Amino acid sequence: MSSVPNRPTESFEATRGGNAVLGKSVIVKGQILSREDLTIDGEVEGTIEMQEHRLTIGPNGKVRASVKAREVIVLGTLHGNVETGDRIDIRKEAKLVGDIRTARIVIEDGAYFKGNVDIVRAEVPRPAAAAPAASAPRPQAPATSSPAISPTAAGPAMAAGAGEVKR
Amino acid sequence: METRSSSGLDQFCSLLVERPGLTLLDLAGANQSTMGFLTNLGHRVYSDDFLLQMDRAFGDGDFYENQSDPIKVAQFLDSALDYPAQHFDGALVWDTLEFLSGPLLETVVRRLSHMLRPGSYMLALFHAEERAETIPTYSYRVSDRKTITLSPRGRRRPAQFFNNRSLEKLFQDFESVKFFLTRDHLREVIVRR
Repeated sequence: MSSVPNRPTESFEATRGGNAVLGKSVIVKGQILSREDLTIDGEVEGTIEMQEHRLTIGPNGKVRASVKAREVIVLGTLHGNVETGDRIDIRKEAKLVGDIRTARIVIEDGAYFKGNVDIVRAEVPRPAAAAPAASAPRPQAPATSSPAISPTAAGPAMAAGAGEVKR
Repeated sequence: METRSSSGLDQFCSLLVERPGLTLLDLAGANQSTMGFLTNLGHRVYSDDFLLQMDRAFGDGDFYENQSDPIKVAQFLDSALDYPAQHFDGALVWDTLEFLSGPLLETVVRRLSHMLRPGSYMLALFHAEERAETIPTYSYRVSDRKTITLSPRGRRRPAQFFNNRSLEKLFQDFESVKFFLTRDHLREVIVRR
């Protein structure tokens, strides 16, 4: 017998304390507005808005809805677009089909995700006296960016050989 | 899991550091490594598991025979490649094209071309061992701009093998085709739309 703990269940149990819970025999069709953390282990179809709170979709949860929450944890199935102010956590065995706008995303191995991920960076307050050149927002660059390579220029060093056809 | 250095990925990434805010397609299936790398560069990532989509569409019965069933093909294309024209600035298709038989392969390549903006790149991988009956499949993850991590997904029989000439023919509608033959019998192909 494996001694490896069942992480999704453990994590799911850990997230439930003190939450509103829709159990696995509950079906909701319509709009959910929540002012507290919510766990859904049943079925929901519609919209879910809880922008200051955390939504957890349990392993039995089947949600077909657009979701706006501070944080979303998916262990079950979610069809719909998701917008989070903080993060989305897609756990192993979870299935998510939809577009995501979030500040942070965690995807465990074994999760299925189909959709677009748009990372929304939090605005960092800038000093009022900053030089104009420094005031434009800049994308986060890689630590070791290298000069751009044009598509027709010679490529990087090749292990065994290379060829190119241009039209 | 193993890692390999990738000249093709390095070339693909040259596009990513030139311009932020690109929309990229990754067909390896969602994973933290690729998602983190691409979004940290300021890009949007559209993720799907193309091999899984193939298995869902054609896996019940003979995988390649099913690829000539027009109903199954239509469902597959609607499910896996239903994107607007010129929606993406780059695509990572990895080795998935090796598991598509003739007519469907051509249709998929045409769709990919349709989905990509002019000037964008697509990275594809092809095994070069012509006598192998099955080839290893992986979930490919981008570790950094020159390194791929390979998570094994078993072995599969490829639909066909490609040499340089057949790759040029396959991507004849693209502006350019550049290929790198590596020591581990893998052709890395960068095509420019």
